[in-house]
Amino acid sequence: MVRYVIEKILYMLLSLFVLASATFFLMKAIPGNPFQSEKNIPPAIQQMLMEKYGFDKPVWEQYVHYIGNLLKLDFGTSMKQQYVTVETVIKSGFAYSVQLGLLAMIVSVAAGVLLGLIAALNHRKFLDGFTIFIAVLGVSIPNFVIASALQYFFGVQLRWFNVTGLNGPLDYVLPVIALSFLPTAFIARLTRSSMLEVLSADYIKTARAKGLSGRVILVKHALRNAIMPVVTYVGPMTANIITGSVIVEQIFGIGGLGKDFVNSITNRDYTLIMGLTLFYAVILMLARLITDIAYGFIDPRIKLIRGRGGA
Amino acid sequence: MKRTKLVSILSMVLVFAIFTAGCATGAKNGGGASNNEFRVNLSTEPPTLDPAQATDQVSFTVINAIYEGLTILDENGDVQPGIAEKWDVSEDGKTYTFKIRSDAKWSNGDPVTAHDFEFSWKRALDPLLVPEPSQYAYQLYYIEGAEAYNTGEGSVDDVAVKAEDDHTLVVTLVAPTIYFESLLSTAIYFPVHQSVKENEAFAAAANTMITNGPFTMTDWKRNTSITLEPSDSYYGRDQIKFSKVSFTMVNDSSSELNMYETGKLDYAGHPTGSLPSDQFASLQQKYPDEFKIKGTASLYYYLINTTEPPFTNKKVRQALSLAVNRNDLTEKVTLGGQIPAYGLVPPGIKGVEDEYRNEVNGDYFKEDLELAKQLLAEGLAEEGLTQLPAFSITFNTNDLHLKVAEAIVDMWRNNLGIDVQIGNEEWGVFLDNRNAMNYQVARAGWGADYNDPISFISLFTSKSGNNNTGYANAEYDELVERINHTSEPEERVKLIADAEKLLIESHSIIPLYYYTNVYLMKPEVKGVYVDFKGDIIFTRGYYEEQEQ
Repeated sequence: MVRYVIEKILYMLLSLFVLASATFFLMKAIPGNPFQSEKNIPPAIQQMLMEKYGFDKPVWEQYVHYIGNLLKLDFGTSMKQQYVTVETVIKSGFAYSVQLGLLAMIVSVAAGVLLGLIAALNHRKFLDGFTIFIAVLGVSIPNFVIASALQYFFGVQLRWFNVTGLNGPLDYVLPVIALSFLPTAFIARLTRSSMLEVLSADYIKTARAKGLSGRVILVKHALRNAIMPVVTYVGPMTANIITGSVIVEQIFGIGGLGKDFVNSITNRDYTLIMGLTLFYAVILMLARLITDIAYGFIDPRIKLIRGRGGA
Repeated sequence: MKRTKLVSILSMVLVFAIFTAGCATGAKNGGGASNNEFRVNLSTEPPTLDPAQATDQVSFTVINAIYEGLTILDENGDVQPGIAEKWDVSEDGKTYTFKIRSDAKWSNGDPVTAHDFEFSWKRALDPLLVPEPSQYAYQLYYIEGAEAYNTGEGSVDDVAVKAEDDHTLVVTLVAPTIYFESLLSTAIYFPVHQSVKENEAFAAAANTMITNGPFTMTDWKRNTSITLEPSDSYYGRDQIKFSKVSFTMVNDSSSELNMYETGKLDYAGHPTGSLPSDQFASLQQKYPDEFKIKGTASLYYYLINTTEPPFTNKKVRQALSLAVNRNDLTEKVTLGGQIPAYGLVPPGIKGVEDEYRNEVNGDYFKEDLELAKQLLAEGLAEEGLTQLPAFSITFNTNDLHLKVAEAIVDMWRNNLGIDVQIGNEEWGVFLDNRNAMNYQVARAGWGADYNDPISFISLFTSKSGNNNTGYANAEYDELVERINHTSEPEERVKLIADAEKLLIESHSIIPLYYYTNVYLMKPEVKGVYVDFKGDIIFTRGYYEEQEQ
């Protein structure tokens, strides 16, 4: 187990190095530089700036310099937001993204599993069709449409919530609902199908034959097995929500990390692009690792040994 | 029954989850505005609040409220005394002697002196300025010795700005500059406290910023909000009525409108925010007293690459320009009350007595479809062509630019029978291509840096770094040179009009419209306005009932 984790982490570091290199060269290949605007500054000043940041040097030299700093864990300072280090950007923005992402995940796991169970237990009845209909809606409507609609109805029409900002507990409600729509729908469908499969398995019949109560069968035998696909899904999905809440953050005016990431690219804010890309990569990789480890706990049949466990 | 029990347990889990979602962080509630608070949306985080480093409107909006230069501009764009209570100009128009107010103070109580200005201007010109050389340093090149020092060719001691004593500042210019007093009201000429020598990062946080303007910053939450409060050490403290100015950073026009409609903003829209353009008409009906359209001195135009055949031919270029129906464009497409443009210098820019545009008629050409067709045919024949080769309009990705380009493509197709592609490019890519003249027709926009027509005219000299059309005309260059050395206002405006006519009639650019700012402002807010540059000025704003 420990060996497995160490091995995984080494692979992660290797992947990060490859990713950092690829991002660096791709980024340098995009036309433009951080000092552009509608009004061009005089060439002499432009030149001073390029020299100041070493952009006049060959790309490979800049690359060696950057990787050198990276090894010292020096991610640098934003080129657009003066004196703001990459660490500061991550610290201030990530708190919001994590709060929203985790809350959205809790809500969607709870709601998704519940809906999935209702559907499975009412197989081919009205409630089944109804929850599946909701799930299809959830999967097919993009979250910015949901976010705008929620903002308009509950914020502007009903005035139950503030339309933007994250100043109090109530302010979390709308963005969290908007973010959890898609994963809820997805989890509901996953739970339903695996629940249906499990419920018709032989060991459930055995359990029933032994005269166990319906609840024990459902929770101890059926749900535990039926939840496996959900666990597989939850790890990467959490990472996706945390790293992909850009539009919902924009609509609700939340200063999360997504905003910085998108702006960094438009601004050619090289240090920020690199820092945030690597940070997001780490988050995604960690989510996979945790998922792998979680398997071992839920399903004893899965042993975390060399060459198994995915990722 | 068992099943319902399970359902109820899970329901409780769900309710609990939603409840915890609600309780996650216990910050205090935003609540409504206090009586004299003025709330505006800034859209994004200001990249810097160091006057020497700022280059964007968001930064300027905050900086204009917390710093003050030697002069300020009033609502009409006229120069008024700021930190300088008066000044003399030498007979040759090159030497200015400013008298600094004795009651001008920094927010920490220190007096603002002439030495602070000398220090600050030289600091902005320092080629080794930390964290990077100033991008707008060239706005100080009017001062003798400034350019040489900034580009590393001269010494700081030769920069002709000198504090004779605490209250007397003497500046010598390279040439008489009629708009120098107006320039002094812009950020690059603002003073910074001399203690910044020890802490160049002073402008990165609210608690290290020492400022000299009407407001001071009391709070700055990155990517979320900025709060300003009146500065008690400001000499004009009794003229400042807002008890607080709150900036939010919400970068979404529908959300901004929703905030305004639910009473979370007192001002929404341009210049620092935006309103959904497809709702302009309905907003105007819904809020007749609050919906405002104000022209700003900026031009929206298309550049033509005059170095690429057949656009080397003036008749071809002229045909394109004459075949655009600008009224349709502003009334049916852009919808923001924009003014069709047939010249280069927008309304709102000073001439001799009145606005330049009122003194010099700006209609240098008329749209004329028949003439356009005829010119196109003639032009193509001269180039030995039977029809116009395929070309495209290039613009940076943006809804409005797309709508404008589509409309123009449509007009050219219907009016001239030509087929034109549209190509949108990401911002940085677009700028790179435009600067490299790697385009046929490209979008451009230009706003005034200072209140003088030359801010637009100088754009198209052959040496200008922002020309991007390939237009190079010795006569034009010479006219601009003469304008820069003429201090007699009437003669100068005449020369400016000559240059403008020369450029527009070369049809190297297709002027489309003069920009407007569209915004909503609560009817009880008074004294808040958008100036000629398109900056929102709220320092002397107040709520109406306060005055009674």
